[in-house]
Amino acid sequence: MEQVIMNNLPYPILSTIIFLPVVGALVLLIISRSQETLTKWVALIFAVATFLCSLPLFINFDKTTYKMQFVERYDWISMWNIKYFLGVDGISVLMVLLTTISSILCILISWNAIKMKVKEFYISILLTCGAIAGVFASLDLFLFYIFWEAMLIPMYLIIGVWGGPNRIYATLKFILYTLVGSLLMLVGIIFLYFLAGKTFDILELTTKTYPYNVQFWLFWAFFAAFAVKVPMFPVHTWLPDAHTEAPTAGSVILAAILIKMGAYGFLRFSIPLFPDAAKAMIPAMLTLSVIAIIYAALVCLIQKDLKRLIAYSSVSHMGFITLGIFALNTQGIEGGILQMINHGVVTGALFMCVGVIYDRTHTRKIADYGGLATHMPTYAAFFMVFTLAAVGLPGTNGFIGEFLTLLGGFTRSKLAGVLACTGVIVGAAYMLLLYQQVFFTKVNEKVIGLPDMDLREMVALVPLIILVFWIGFYPVQFLDFMHPTVQHLLERVNMSDMQEVNIAKTIMEVIR
Amino acid sequence: MNFQFPDLGPVMPEIFMTCLALILLLVDLITKKKEVVAVLSIIGVAIVAFTMIGSHGMTFGGMFISDGYSSFFKLIFFINVIISVLISIKYISVEKVNLGEYYCLIITSTLGMMIMASAADLIVLYLGLELMALSTYVLAGFIRHDIKSNEAALKYFLLGAFSSAFLLYGISIIYGLTGTTDIKAIGLYISENGLTGNLALSLSMVLFAVAFGFKIAAAPFHMWAPDTYEGAPTSITAFMSVGPKAAGFAVLGRVFMIAFASMKIEWASVLIPLAILSMGVGNVVALAQTNIKRMLAYSSVAHVGYALVGFIAANNEGLTSMMNYMLIYAFMNLGAFAVIIMLRTEGFKGDNIYDYEGLSKNHPLLAALMLIFMFSLTGIPPTAGFMGKLYVFMSAINAGYTWLVIVAVVFSAISAYFYLRIVMLMYMKEPKIDVAISKSGTLGVALGVTALAVLAIGVYPSFLLDIVWAAIKGF
Repeated sequence: MEQVIMNNLPYPILSTIIFLPVVGALVLLIISRSQETLTKWVALIFAVATFLCSLPLFINFDKTTYKMQFVERYDWISMWNIKYFLGVDGISVLMVLLTTISSILCILISWNAIKMKVKEFYISILLTCGAIAGVFASLDLFLFYIFWEAMLIPMYLIIGVWGGPNRIYATLKFILYTLVGSLLMLVGIIFLYFLAGKTFDILELTTKTYPYNVQFWLFWAFFAAFAVKVPMFPVHTWLPDAHTEAPTAGSVILAAILIKMGAYGFLRFSIPLFPDAAKAMIPAMLTLSVIAIIYAALVCLIQKDLKRLIAYSSVSHMGFITLGIFALNTQGIEGGILQMINHGVVTGALFMCVGVIYDRTHTRKIADYGGLATHMPTYAAFFMVFTLAAVGLPGTNGFIGEFLTLLGGFTRSKLAGVLACTGVIVGAAYMLLLYQQVFFTKVNEKVIGLPDMDLREMVALVPLIILVFWIGFYPVQFLDFMHPTVQHLLERVNMSDMQEVNIAKTIMEVIR
Repeated sequence: MNFQFPDLGPVMPEIFMTCLALILLLVDLITKKKEVVAVLSIIGVAIVAFTMIGSHGMTFGGMFISDGYSSFFKLIFFINVIISVLISIKYISVEKVNLGEYYCLIITSTLGMMIMASAADLIVLYLGLELMALSTYVLAGFIRHDIKSNEAALKYFLLGAFSSAFLLYGISIIYGLTGTTDIKAIGLYISENGLTGNLALSLSMVLFAVAFGFKIAAAPFHMWAPDTYEGAPTSITAFMSVGPKAAGFAVLGRVFMIAFASMKIEWASVLIPLAILSMGVGNVVALAQTNIKRMLAYSSVAHVGYALVGFIAANNEGLTSMMNYMLIYAFMNLGAFAVIIMLRTEGFKGDNIYDYEGLSKNHPLLAALMLIFMFSLTGIPPTAGFMGKLYVFMSAINAGYTWLVIVAVVFSAISAYFYLRIVMLMYMKEPKIDVAISKSGTLGVALGVTALAVLAIGVYPSFLLDIVWAAIKGF
């Protein structure tokens, strides 16, 4: 039985999503450097066009099957049996959509913030978004790795060129951490390639079973790459630096889509490829997740820098995601995937909000603010919604995701579930404290006379507000995307158990 | 006595190359414009490349062989010589050494490399090696009025002479043991007579490894490389960092894969430490360099290490991965040197890494090209450098050297620091001085060709892989 559903749209949708931004970058290349407004508009038009092209993914997606959809497959490097093989299933489809939305928002939010090397900036943004879409859509391990690494080049520049004062340290740390992890994964990928009989095809690779000790080492090789990207404790230290120093658009890309690549990697590769190792590693993974949740939340409490606080809250929230994923049950994984989207929406939005105020005051210190609610009421309202979503108030998307991951975690291990819950409490504490310090209390002199949000900024944030409530009130529509795929994934994980059970049964019958 | 005139078909490219060198000398006498000599040498090399078609065969009693393997390496030499000449034309006039002999020496050096690649006999190999080396010694010291250039030539000459002595010693031992200098016959003799465990033979193999290690600048025999690379004219540094290295790998491949075919385990265990040391010393010491030519010298040592990792697999896959790597390395390294040469203007050396500060502001295109080469040297897709490394790692893992590949990737991650530092300086710093660049059409062509090749191979390496595999058919 064919495992894939070929793309039957009139255009190759996934290739378009990946390469239309690249085309946009090439077009920008020939625009004169002095034409800054034109540059921005062209970038925006390409981002919007990409988003529009990606909409059929949402509408035409067949929610009844776990099979790969919208598949495109061509030979690429035939000597190594490498294919240009794209497709999406329930895990990746929403991530691709999140990527196309984020690229528009990144461009909108940078409209006035980026003043130097404008052309290069938008080229980098478009290239990053194209490459990240490629990561989520690749079904060939090699192609996946190409996109995974290619994304580093523009991202290195985004943080390093347009970032804050300490940007060079931050971008170097970012790239070195990522590179070490990725290269170890590369060794694993090559090893797997020969082990599986020279193929990079993910669907083919996931139908094979590998000996446990091999699974064990490969699991850790892949873990090195994914854990750095997520980031999991203890390799999370690059993220606060990168987030803090990156320009707003860079932080949004990092928070909304880039760090999702790690969690996605666990779901797409680590678990289905090495199910036995993944099961054996559940205690370790849950421990690391819980440490990340609690430790990062506590660190948030003492942060004096707005962006740094949100960055650490990212680490904490990503802890919930890995907790859900490695609970290895339906609620946990579905909650994890949904939380990936939620975190992208909410944290992306929070970084954009910080960007809005940073453009006005050029300070990120919490102490420099206070009483903003009286001077920028609209802004305060927007920020409130996202704060509550980050806290996980019922009715917002954060609640659904956190609830499901905690449920999954609790089912797997009561202790982990209980400990993770304390992270929710601390999470509420630091977010509300932040809101109080920035928007209420005494009015700080520095914020007097600041203009409220303009139309462009609202246009950038409104879609995210809609998503917050849409997912919050009607999550089923999104969860439906994942059901068959997650079921299929869990079958794969539990299959090896069933085999053992079957063997045991046969042996018993023989003995009888 | 029945004297039969040898078949000249296989040796035709070398004959044409020799004629080219002589013609260039003559033309140099009658023309004041040295650019003519340069153009003539490029055209000449292109013609020689055409004579390679259909030249396959053996001649001179089996001492000289022209096969796919040698043709592939000659292709690298031709690319190397053409791009080196393209980047030289403006540069040597800036350095005030615009002499016609320069091109003639580049051609004779390349001739030496071609003979090395085609050597089926250790004596021919030695002849080619000396021809290549002697021409390069002179080229390294070509800027006579610069003391550093003189130092470069002297160091290169002294250590090169040493390595030649090692090579001769190795050859003489092997001749004493087997009674022949024919590479194929040596291999046959060793396996037929069960000489594999012979101590003298192992010593000879080690001597070969040392001598070739000098030529390819593998640590710990790399000591000459940083000083020579720094002092030599930049165009010659570019030429040297690719040509003699590729030639060294060509003879390494032929001698070790054929003559020492039955002692693959032994020579792999000699080359593994060389590979690890090269990657380690090259990448770690490069971190501390502030002169970009010196930095690329250490980086070239590191790249030798990567190529050796592939070669250690000791099978056809390993051999092709090494050949593939040399070609890719040629493009990216020559490209990087072309950028360096562009920064060299009258009265401005431009070889300090801090000269690159803020380059993207005043010369965005040049900075973008350098960015491509630096990322390629780091080995990040979608550039050719990644494909080269990938293939090397693949063949090593397939041969069971996973641990060695892990060592290689760790050093590869370290290398990101110093390559990306250049990118950082270009893009993330403000320019302190207004760096002028020497505009020259030929330099532009060289940059365009190398950048295009780096990207094309990075996106679609299939055609290169096909060529490499076709090249070693019947090796």
